[in-house]
Amino acid sequence: MPDTQTIPGALDAPVVSLDAADMSFGLVHALRQATMAVAAGECVGLVGHNGAGKSTLANVINGRLSPTGGGVTHRYANIAMTNSENARNAGIRSVFQELSLCPNLTVLENLRITYWNMSRRNWRRTAKQKVTDALDLVFPGHDIRPHATVGALTIAQRQMVEIAIAFADRDSEPSLVILDEPTSSLDAAIAQQLLAHINRFCAAGGAVLFISHMMGEIFEVATRIIIMKDGQIVDDQPARAFTRSSIVDAMGHVAPDHDEAVVDRANRPLGNEVIRAENGLSARKGEIVGLAGLAGHGQAEALAQIYFDHSPLWKTTKTPEVVFVAGDRSRDGVMPLWSILRNLSLTTLNEFSRRAMVDHGAEVGLVQSWKERIGIRTDNLRNPILSLSGGNQQKVLFARALASAAPIVVMDDPMRGVDVGTKKEVYQMLQDEAARGRSFLWYSTETDEILECDRVFVFRTGRIAAELIGEEITEENILRASFEMQEAAE
Amino acid sequence: MTAERMRLLLPVLSLAVLLGAVFYLQPRAMSYFGLNLLFNLAIPVALATIAQMMIIMVNDIDLSIGAFVSFCACVTATFVHDTPLIGYSILLLAILGYAALGALIQLRGLPAIVVTLGMSFVWGGLAVLILPSPGGASPEWLKALMVFKTPLVPIAVIVPLIIAFVVHVLIKRSWVGVVLQGLGGNERAMERAGWSVVQLRAGAYGLAGLFGVLAGMCLVGLTTAADANIALRYTLLSIAGVILGGGEFVGGRISPFGAVIGALTLTLAASFLSFLRLSPDWQIGAQGAILILVLAVRLLFVRKGVTA
Repeated sequence: MPDTQTIPGALDAPVVSLDAADMSFGLVHALRQATMAVAAGECVGLVGHNGAGKSTLANVINGRLSPTGGGVTHRYANIAMTNSENARNAGIRSVFQELSLCPNLTVLENLRITYWNMSRRNWRRTAKQKVTDALDLVFPGHDIRPHATVGALTIAQRQMVEIAIAFADRDSEPSLVILDEPTSSLDAAIAQQLLAHINRFCAAGGAVLFISHMMGEIFEVATRIIIMKDGQIVDDQPARAFTRSSIVDAMGHVAPDHDEAVVDRANRPLGNEVIRAENGLSARKGEIVGLAGLAGHGQAEALAQIYFDHSPLWKTTKTPEVVFVAGDRSRDGVMPLWSILRNLSLTTLNEFSRRAMVDHGAEVGLVQSWKERIGIRTDNLRNPILSLSGGNQQKVLFARALASAAPIVVMDDPMRGVDVGTKKEVYQMLQDEAARGRSFLWYSTETDEILECDRVFVFRTGRIAAELIGEEITEENILRASFEMQEAAE
Repeated sequence: MTAERMRLLLPVLSLAVLLGAVFYLQPRAMSYFGLNLLFNLAIPVALATIAQMMIIMVNDIDLSIGAFVSFCACVTATFVHDTPLIGYSILLLAILGYAALGALIQLRGLPAIVVTLGMSFVWGGLAVLILPSPGGASPEWLKALMVFKTPLVPIAVIVPLIIAFVVHVLIKRSWVGVVLQGLGGNERAMERAGWSVVQLRAGAYGLAGLFGVLAGMCLVGLTTAADANIALRYTLLSIAGVILGGGEFVGGRISPFGAVIGALTLTLAASFLSFLRLSPDWQIGAQGAILILVLAVRLLFVRKGVTA
């Protein structure tokens, strides 16, 4: 428990304050003119849709990022020290969704890693005591042994350990704890313990920044709620000034004018069901199915499952059932050393080959025709793929998939970092291809793209939270389904 | 703790099975003198395996350990024997060089496998420069140490156990070891907690260098002479030893006792095959077959552990 009384003159100083902080990565502005402060004793709820800048804000506060403009001031900051050192000295701790424990070490050893100047004599006993105290404090009745190896714990237990270490009394006392979706892998009872502890912690003078998609939890603990949209803080008021729906309204984008597309869609006849997965995901012939929801809630896994279920394990065939368009180009899309030509023809090599030999004539013809159709801006197809802009590289990946005769196309957020002009072209192409009877499964983190779809499945915590058809596909409905609206009942 | 013991169970069992087989084939090995002969050459292998373990602990792999041990053996058989001061300085520099290599690998984000492959030629070349033809002599104290007759249990059994215990305390019990293992477990977490990953990697490589030097010195103490190619096969033996002893290539999961037992098992496997009167042409292949067999059994163990 922080004891703010012993810190002279610091009681009313905010733990951290941001003054018009900007954060840009190249041309992308992840954070614009963010001005906010967190005072001791406050629990601030932070909500926003994908890419709204929540993580960037959290990372600026905890010192992992230094803002490119504006200022961030930590309590007892020393100008001579770096942002992250100041954040550490101010007692700012963070728990992020990706687990930051060492799985090969035990629970108590993981505490030692974050506890810098623990005395060397008998450190195991000290660490054991500290971690046990912290676990008992936050999660009374837990059954985690301090000598257990973290890798052998369940995901929920690991999350508990990480949270407990963040609240633990270490070399500095915790003054602000940033929790990013802390309850995502905890069951309801344990989550309730955490919320109770947050309330106790804040009552004793600590501060918490709570990022969550569970509205019930936000309203239960937050004294103030900050809403972010497109890298900006759009609302920052005491929690009682909000209702669930006013939050959803504030998070939404400007309503786009897609009325024509809607009419278009409604008229297109759909064929039989071609895919039905165990989790309820389905698609019909000629349908564009969207997978929506907050990033990392199981959409990519669902797509991968469908792709692998419908692809043969050992042998590629001349008539594949499904093709894949990668979103993370550098990781699972582009062959960086190959030419545009070879990158484009990669998926269809088998379909267009004769007796295990590549038919070069057919390959060049195919690539040439796709260059015209999709408008890849290059004068020589034998140039390396990396000579193209990001958007054009993505077009090559689209062409790679569409050139195949496969009736199902799976797309894993393929428009990341693609300019608006290219997007419009690709949308049109998808609609044309769908009209010819191809089915698309499209995971996207951008609402405009989801609005292009005929049917949308909204994912939350790995499950389908809602299925929206036609007129129901609106930003508001998607947001409602992505954020847990009920009291934390599940 | 139990998972850790499970990990150690298999190397212990495979060593016991092999030892039983050797005693069955050659009952006379079951004596003070016999055991000493069987495990004599295991001491430098065990030290080299520990050196490799330090590197594998931080998710890297060292392809130069064999060449490095050869180089250290050549330095020991020449400079340390003739002009001890210069000799020990060279060995100290070699350890610092290893640490610098670790820092370089971390700083520049280089693949350790490539850097150490390159370094293996550097160490090999230096060894040939120092000792172009087999020869040299062991420092007297080292020779005396290696043939020292301990009561009851031969030194060849005691020393590996001492090595394993010391390294266990260093890596598994002290906070320095915990931090070094953490680097292998989750590099990003270490960075976020404010540790200098460059220093940590340099430290792990420095420890590897230290144990490599010890391996070279012990080898000279045993053979009383050196050769530029004396320990080349240690590279693969040490990797196999670490893995056989329950280590994993990634994730910082290593076991000092396991690694030493792995090294003993591999040395014993060679003797076992000789006792079988297997032609030397087939011995390397048969050694590989034993290794694959043990690792396959471990895979079954691990799978079971996952499903349970």
